[in-house]
Amino acid sequence: MIRIAQLSCGSEYSGIQKEIERAAETVGAKIVYPEVSIDDILNVESTFGVSVSSGDLNLAIARAVRIVQNPDLADAVIVMTCFRCAEAAIIRSEIRKYIHEHSKIPVLSYSFTERTKAETLLTRMEALVTTVKYRGLLAREKQKGLTAGIDSGSTTTKSVVMRDNQVIGTGWVPTTEVLKSAEDALQAALKMAGVQKEEVSAVGVTGYGRFLVGKHINARLIQEEITVNSKGAVFLADAQKGPATVIDIGGMDNKAISVQDGIPGGFTMGGICAGASGRFLELTARRLGVDITDLGKLALKGDFRNVAMNSYCIVFGTQSLVNSLSMGCKPEDVAMAACHSVAEQVYEQQLQEVEVKEPVIMVGGTSLIEGLPKAMEELLQVKVTVPRYAQYIGAVGSALLVSGLLED
Amino acid sequence: MAKVIVYPPTSMILSDLVERMGHKALVVPEAVRRLVTANDIDSPPLNVTPEEPKKGLRYAAVDVPSGVRGRMALIGPIIEEAEAAIIAEDPGWLTGCAGCSRTNELVRLLIRTKGVPVLDLSYPTNDVEAKVFVQKIKAFLEGLK
Repeated sequence: MIRIAQLSCGSEYSGIQKEIERAAETVGAKIVYPEVSIDDILNVESTFGVSVSSGDLNLAIARAVRIVQNPDLADAVIVMTCFRCAEAAIIRSEIRKYIHEHSKIPVLSYSFTERTKAETLLTRMEALVTTVKYRGLLAREKQKGLTAGIDSGSTTTKSVVMRDNQVIGTGWVPTTEVLKSAEDALQAALKMAGVQKEEVSAVGVTGYGRFLVGKHINARLIQEEITVNSKGAVFLADAQKGPATVIDIGGMDNKAISVQDGIPGGFTMGGICAGASGRFLELTARRLGVDITDLGKLALKGDFRNVAMNSYCIVFGTQSLVNSLSMGCKPEDVAMAACHSVAEQVYEQQLQEVEVKEPVIMVGGTSLIEGLPKAMEELLQVKVTVPRYAQYIGAVGSALLVSGLLED
Repeated sequence: MAKVIVYPPTSMILSDLVERMGHKALVVPEAVRRLVTANDIDSPPLNVTPEEPKKGLRYAAVDVPSGVRGRMALIGPIIEEAEAAIIAEDPGWLTGCAGCSRTNELVRLLIRTKGVPVLDLSYPTNDVEAKVFVQKIKAFLEGLK
């Protein structure tokens, strides 16, 4: 059983400890608490670098130091503190960095509220456990045989068919009924590939609808998006060796993943506000009267500085959008401002928590809206790569990984 | 001559000692002076604008309050520049107000994890302790190249 060390402050008094344990149990892991002595806690200023006012945070720090000194104590670490606590926000991030820099143990940090449920934590826990459990599978670099992948996303469902390391068929449909959309996307990919469903050796499934779809089609692999998208991104961008950063701005949430040799190290999942998601860009396109596929090209002709837009919330963003157009702003400037706004939010809220190392690979359907990778390039001051089939990243990652299971 | 950051990073007493020993003291007032004398910024009293908390994201995540990040926009680059550090614990706010306890915690942590020589001292409470305090600082600074 995978042991996840919990370093936290406030989870018991927030009433969510049971939810944390339930999430761990669901993914086949158990929560452990490394033992420390009173001296370990009293000495955190010298061992870690700082001692803080909150005793529970000092305890979490002492446990982090203990894990680094003795990595056999845990297979993975989750650092959790209350949302809105300033001291905890600082320390949570520093503990994560400390463990990441001083050990090879995968680590994840999360700020919770009393509303945090096991389901909220599930994808994160699953990714953490996968990184430990399937290290060998994640190190796989080539797809072999004939396999298919389905990404049952919140907005769209994508599918690919791969044969001997090549994508030979793709399918893309808007997500309506989850099962029907998955079936339609797969059929489209099979048709393009010119193969029958029966010929496919195995199917891998990811995305929000993965459990439902996976069970329905008897998928060999049902996997969360963090590991699958990391794998798909480095495969398509030909960056399987060394570091990479994967940014996926989705319809409902965003992921920033720091990858080493194709295996996710640290990652963040955001998605509290739709203002930082693909939905805001869809809304912008509709308001500007252009197709979403043309929004990016329009944005490339504009300058975001000409429009006051600060869409930390999709409602305020829409107001900015309407105001700017009524003031006579050019559509291209508004389009670029919307792209910049989304990129800026992801940059400010998520990319601070992962180590941004080149190459930076943007994936998902939104990466095809050309203004978005350009805005991200301007913010990060590095080149952003958008690989071919970027919108099929989850499906490609699934097809690649499931082919590894066939050999085992 | 070494670049020495002092903690609290606003302490004029400590920065004066560093300068007297022929080193460069890295202190916040210098960063503040650069801002308040900038002609093209109009954001009194310190000329800190909403851009500073954004720059502070380099040192603290977005869920850390803006005041901490705004301070870190000034203090963070100083820490990066430091080749040595003097940390006076429990200085009391009269030693040089850093204003925010959370920022102080982060500053201490970043200094200690930087890997530069650090002199740890307790702030003196009487004349005898004050003499020892100054002697220790003198010996530390003399040992720096």
